[in-house]
Amino acid sequence: MANIGVLIETSDNNEVKKTNFGVITAARGEGGNEIFGLLINGSGLTCKDAVQEYGIGKLVEISADGANLSSNPELQAKALAEAMKHFEINALFGLSSMQGKDILARTAAILNAPLTLDCVGVNLAEDTVTKFHFAGKTFATIKLTGECRICGIRPNAIEAKAGPCEAEVMSFQADVQDSGRMKVKELKKGASERVELTEADIIITGGRPIGSEENFKILHDCAEALGEAAVGASRMAVDSGFAPHDMQVGQTGKTVSPKLYIACGVSGAIQHFAGMKTSKVIVAINKDPDAPIFAKCDYGLVGDMFEVVPALTQALKSDN
Amino acid sequence: MQIYVCIKHVPDTAVNINVVGECGFDESVKFVMNPYDEYAVEEAIQIRKKAGGEVIIVSVGKEAATKTIRSALAVGADRGILVKTDTQFLDSSLTAQALTKVIEQDGSPDMIFTGKQSVDSEGMQIPYRLAAAFDMPVVSDVAALSMGDGNVTVEREIGSGSREVIEMTLPCVVGAIKGLNEPRYANMVGIMKAKKKKLDQIDIADLGLDINAAGTKLTELKPFPERGKGKILQGSPQEMAEELTQLLKNEAKVL
Ligand SMILES: Cc1cc2nc3c(=O)[nH]c(=O)nc-3n(C[C@H](O)[C@H](O)[C@H](O)COP(=O)(O)OP(=O)(O)OC[C@H]3O[C@@H](n4cnc5c(N)ncnc54)[C@H](O)[C@@H]3O)c2cc1C
Repeated sequence: MANIGVLIETSDNNEVKKTNFGVITAARGEGGNEIFGLLINGSGLTCKDAVQEYGIGKLVEISADGANLSSNPELQAKALAEAMKHFEINALFGLSSMQGKDILARTAAILNAPLTLDCVGVNLAEDTVTKFHFAGKTFATIKLTGECRICGIRPNAIEAKAGPCEAEVMSFQADVQDSGRMKVKELKKGASERVELTEADIIITGGRPIGSEENFKILHDCAEALGEAAVGASRMAVDSGFAPHDMQVGQTGKTVSPKLYIACGVSGAIQHFAGMKTSKVIVAINKDPDAPIFAKCDYGLVGDMFEVVPALTQALKSDN
Repeated sequence: MQIYVCIKHVPDTAVNINVVGECGFDESVKFVMNPYDEYAVEEAIQIRKKAGGEVIIVSVGKEAATKTIRSALAVGADRGILVKTDTQFLDSSLTAQALTKVIEQDGSPDMIFTGKQSVDSEGMQIPYRLAAAFDMPVVSDVAALSMGDGNVTVEREIGSGSREVIEMTLPCVVGAIKGLNEPRYANMVGIMKAKKKKLDQIDIADLGLDINAAGTKLTELKPFPERGKGKILQGSPQEMAEELTQLLKNEAKVL
């Protein structure tokens, strides 16, 4: 029996993000291993119910003696590496989210452990993972060897399956010192509380013809009608100044794998597809019937987005 | 300031990738500098302009990567070093070891820049491994940077439109993303000058790396199928919108 760790990511209000459940499912594999949930500065009691439902048997609250882990990624990784050694954890899984990939990479570097990020499949028995190479153009299988292996999983890529057990909450105090070399001085909140693209189930994106920042309102309205949807932008929309860079989907923007991706006024360039081609369902709204995006989508609507998108918002609302 | 920029020679993002054999691909396609590395090179050049010093380009790759190194020299970097390998997909730990070795042998870095990831193997870990090897602080996904006195303040994108403002002491490692700056284009003069700049080549076998440190091995590469032509809906915006809503609910079952 091996000890397997899962780095549990919590949201701002200390709840377990639901994207963790797929990661726990992957870490559980065919069963037979002890699954440790590792929480950095989170409350075990608050998280216990959610994670034990998916098979976390031991939930470890990691803290540091005399140091505040919460805003220092360097310290967090050191503490996580110590906890792994302490509990003899030889495989660590986590989310390949903005936070997750940072902390996993720091930990892998400390432990000199092999690391694969943005994985979409895990085979524990064979010690292999699958992920994309060339932004979704090819699918790679990678074998991991070594005493300790670390793997980050693309949010929503692996379906969560319940596997309930009773979690024991434990605590671990790491003996780590702040090097004083880096300090998070400030958190600059985005203009509005947006749903994070890489973790969203549904995404609606605007291309260059959206024309202005204000016009994104039609997409935000539709996103609201769709539920907890995130709003994205093509590179042309970003470079034209209609949306901030971190809303960009594609090769040089974000890579997303939602259940539903709705592209409005997006031509369907290869670099745009690089960021969203692994979406489950792709809908294209474009006024040009010959737009390349129609050749690679599930549903296509030929029309002016300024008419079709509000109509969709209306249709969704009246359907609810 | 001695600034090292680690870059990778990768297939142009616009080309199709044809898989050859178990885990190779047809490499006769157009190759370019890894897009994220362009922001790293540009930032290094801008810092040198203000603080003085030298920008040294380092790459691990096949001989053809000299072309990408020259393109960085053409926009203003001072000289380059290529660590020659015979594979496009070297294990990330080994790549980081190779970069570390040549940088150590070459000088003493005040800053090391990389892109946040390569667009071919998408390892996303080189800046972190370099930082650990040099015992430096590191921040990746950096979208803004300003130099201070013995330190640097960076803004790291953390999702949902938010950024962390982080101060690091020098020397340090920075992983760049789009948005950090506007990379310049090379002009004729730059391209001519680049031809005369120093570009050293070292074989990876001569670096004495710990080959056993490689913990990952690519065992299979497969094409990922494109989806076919979709169902095209007809009618007025209202009709299409209503039909789509029903299809998403009842056929695709994603609502
Ligand atoms: C290295 C590199 C990296 C890149 N990275 C990215 C990336 O990360 N993300 C990205 O998106 N692109 C990226 N690109 C750019 C990419 O090649 C395209 O240029 C870009 O995606 C085009 O954006 P667009 O579809 O919004 O605009 P356009 O190509 O201008 O297409 C607009 C589309 O909207 C349609 N249209 C016009 N008016 C309307 C209307 N009223 N209603 C409905 N439809 C309408 C048009 O028919 C057209 O199909 C990259 C390019 C390079 C070289």
